[in-house]
Amino acid sequence: MAAAIKPKSTRRPAFKVTRKRIIALLLLVLGIFIFVEAGGLDSELITTLTFESTSLGQEPTVGNIPVPTSAYLLLIGLLFIVSGGLNLLDLRDARPRRVSLALLALCGVLFIPTVIIAAAAGNETNLTTIVAESLRLATPLAIGAFAGIWCERAGVVNIAIEGMMLFAACFGFTTLFFLRGTALPLETAQLLAVIIAVLAGGLIALLHGWLSITFRTDQIVSGTVINILAVGVTSFVRREYLLSTEAGAAKLGNFAIPILSDLPVIGEAIFTNQPIFFLMFVMLAFTHIVMFYTRWGLRTRAVGEHPHAADTLGINVNRTRWINVCISGMIAGLAGAWFSLEATGSFNDGMTRGAGFIALAAMIFGKWTPIGAFGAALLFGFSDSLGIRLQMVGVGFPVQFLQMVPYAVTLVVLAGFIGRASPPKAVGQPYVKE
Amino acid sequence: MTTAPPVLEVRGITKRFPGVLANDNINLTLRQGQVLGLLGENGAGKSTLMNMIYGLYKPDEGEILVNGEPVEISGSKDAIELGIGMVHQHFQLVDVLTVTENVMLGNESVSGPFLRRDRARRDIQDLSREYGLDVNPDALISDLPVGIQQRVEIIKALYRHADILILDEPTAVLTPQETRGLFKIMRTLLDKGVSIIFISHKLKEVLEICDEVVVLRRGAVAGHADPKQSTEQSLASLMVGRDVILEVDKAAATPGDEILNVVNLHAHDDRGLPAVEGVSFGLQRGEILGIAGVQGNGQTELVEALTGMRPVLSGRFFIKGQDMTGASTRKVTESGVGHVPEDRQRDGLVASFTVMHNLVLSTYYKDAFSKAIVVDDRAIAENARALVERYDVRPPIINNIASGLSGGNQQKVIVAREFSRDVELLIASQPTRGLDVGSIEFIHRQIIRMRDAGAGILLVSSELDEVLSLADRVAVMFEGEIIDIMPIEAAYRDTVGLRMAGVREGSQMAVEA
Repeated sequence: MAAAIKPKSTRRPAFKVTRKRIIALLLLVLGIFIFVEAGGLDSELITTLTFESTSLGQEPTVGNIPVPTSAYLLLIGLLFIVSGGLNLLDLRDARPRRVSLALLALCGVLFIPTVIIAAAAGNETNLTTIVAESLRLATPLAIGAFAGIWCERAGVVNIAIEGMMLFAACFGFTTLFFLRGTALPLETAQLLAVIIAVLAGGLIALLHGWLSITFRTDQIVSGTVINILAVGVTSFVRREYLLSTEAGAAKLGNFAIPILSDLPVIGEAIFTNQPIFFLMFVMLAFTHIVMFYTRWGLRTRAVGEHPHAADTLGINVNRTRWINVCISGMIAGLAGAWFSLEATGSFNDGMTRGAGFIALAAMIFGKWTPIGAFGAALLFGFSDSLGIRLQMVGVGFPVQFLQMVPYAVTLVVLAGFIGRASPPKAVGQPYVKE
Repeated sequence: MTTAPPVLEVRGITKRFPGVLANDNINLTLRQGQVLGLLGENGAGKSTLMNMIYGLYKPDEGEILVNGEPVEISGSKDAIELGIGMVHQHFQLVDVLTVTENVMLGNESVSGPFLRRDRARRDIQDLSREYGLDVNPDALISDLPVGIQQRVEIIKALYRHADILILDEPTAVLTPQETRGLFKIMRTLLDKGVSIIFISHKLKEVLEICDEVVVLRRGAVAGHADPKQSTEQSLASLMVGRDVILEVDKAAATPGDEILNVVNLHAHDDRGLPAVEGVSFGLQRGEILGIAGVQGNGQTELVEALTGMRPVLSGRFFIKGQDMTGASTRKVTESGVGHVPEDRQRDGLVASFTVMHNLVLSTYYKDAFSKAIVVDDRAIAENARALVERYDVRPPIINNIASGLSGGNQQKVIVAREFSRDVELLIASQPTRGLDVGSIEFIHRQIIRMRDAGAGILLVSSELDEVLSLADRVAVMFEGEIIDIMPIEAAYRDTVGLRMAGVREGSQMAVEA
């Protein structure tokens, strides 16, 4: 007891099962699997990566990159084995530790290209199209996730995004459908339709706010009510007003962003696109800036984390929540408009197909940050586009398995590296002033 | 002294809640540059009164005057505008935000809609320098110790130009050294013309820092006191309304054979981080070993490990010479261990059960209370009636739901349950936290009675006074280790306080204090 400074015991248990070790083991197994499989491949097999723009009939602007499939996969397999092995050892010294972590990161980065190259073995695959398709399919997911962020950062759970989207898709399309016969030019009618869709989302959000903030209903119950209501009301509207006539309308037209759209390859594939697609980026910037750089964002986050503290500083908790829920609904409405007005030009029963829930998953994967949620939505979009591409190319085994891969990767990455996502602390709790 | 102009006056304030008269015609006056102490038992109405001054409640009758003018305070916003700041007992800080963000929240410096963190940061640094409130404006709240968090709360009030500061039990979470730091800060504030209302139930502190003391009892002013002419004894009597024995009256310990032996114990906390790191000690029958230490230094995990509620990583412990490492909670209980858990709401009671069922939580399966698979409610009720009487649980109605009792009476239910069994080793964690003087006195007497009956007692408390007045030996826990064990005769307040702050024997820092 007399020693002034007693060195802390530095005993190390013989072998501890840590999260990192589990991931490393997974990597190792995967690496061996790839290695063995690649060894069995025809070494003449070549995957050609092309970078054409989407429109057909144009000359390829950038050359093709041929990748020898089996050699590449052998290399990747080896990388995985080395990285997995190193991390399994979990070295303590600074330098090897840094090297092993860097290898781990490299494996993560190379994973998606590997999936593409393996899947398209012996074929040609167009990278530009895959990227553009991923972005396009990610649009409703990303916007939906932003809607979730607005709501949940203020402490209100919003599982009603699905329902809000469906309402918006339905009423947006109905508006366009009825304006079709009038003298309004198409663009104006479309603009009005999108606005109505956004307002429809906001209106449903009012219901959510009314139930969950004013009456302090359980927020999950309130959201579920809205989701069920949406299915019923929208299919009724379709049957009653849309089904009897020929229900189809023009999709939202393409925009070309000046200058950027003149860029080679991506100019055509990405910067010439439909309006809600571009609005996704606007919403990304808007949400990020408001949440982290403005007074409103600071108050919103405080209300979602510790409403009583905000209250003692004179912030009106329930008013802040109301406004955020409404904005959330309107953003969800925009995502809904994507389905009926931008993607298809029609409305079908349940056409959002659970996208609202996937958007919520993206929000959680992204740890309630706009940039993280956008990344997660991209991953989901990529998974979708991969499925579509591979069905067209025709691979030897069920496409669903490859489609599954990005989700599995996400799970592993999240569980292994990013750790537990922590939601805003007061989420789901109605605020009662004493 | 009393010539300074009054900055805050409360006149005839009355507040009723359904069935309760929380504040009854209360008058008090706070003068410029002075500290007004507000003393009272739990439920005496201190918080209600302060919440009215801070605008969180509306008084039913009476008026509040700020700087001589009657004011209407209908929200915390109004209070802030009048220059009233409040440091709540439970800090009102958002964990995931930085110091700067917390301070500016609700009163942000902006250009357009955008936050100007740089400007707020500069203001905070100015305040830090002016009042000696050292804090890093860019630190996340969750990374700061409670002492610093309290500074952030004070800065929050000063940032809003508060000149009337309400401190609600500010020392409850501090070490003796941190308390001294707080008093230094308070004196600086007074010099700059800030007036302070200081709420506490620690009599010693009230006597030290206050210029005037108002004692509340059952919602009414029980009396005024001049700290210079008062003693702890007189304040306590005023508070409770009868004479209270503050000094624990106990004979010297007569230790018997060893009942608990802990050898190099290791355990993790809930996050899987090391919390107990090689703790060893022995405890004999008929003695009280007090474990002092600031909350969160592994005491919780130590107690949970010893009672079978938390896995032991390495090391062992023996009860009555038997190895109990890894034994189930029931096995530990049946070996004669009584446990008063730290968190009575979570671990001590089933809040939605009645008093009578809570009284048999550790014995309901015994033959006395159940026949085959059916519990015998008549026997349980009989047992409860006897215990409620003996341990003075109020109200003495055995069918009451436990959550409806006051904190003190909930604790009495736990004490009744644990002390009424054949207990040879008692592990009591924070047995009097949040209780008023009367209940504390009662529980202390019961603990001494157990000791004199020959039980070994492990008392864990972050309340240094409690440890010093009850224990026969004092151990100090710091960062998962017991860094010193001393007999009570050698346990000087200052020494133990330093140990609690992590200063080990022989260290140079001991010179400062």
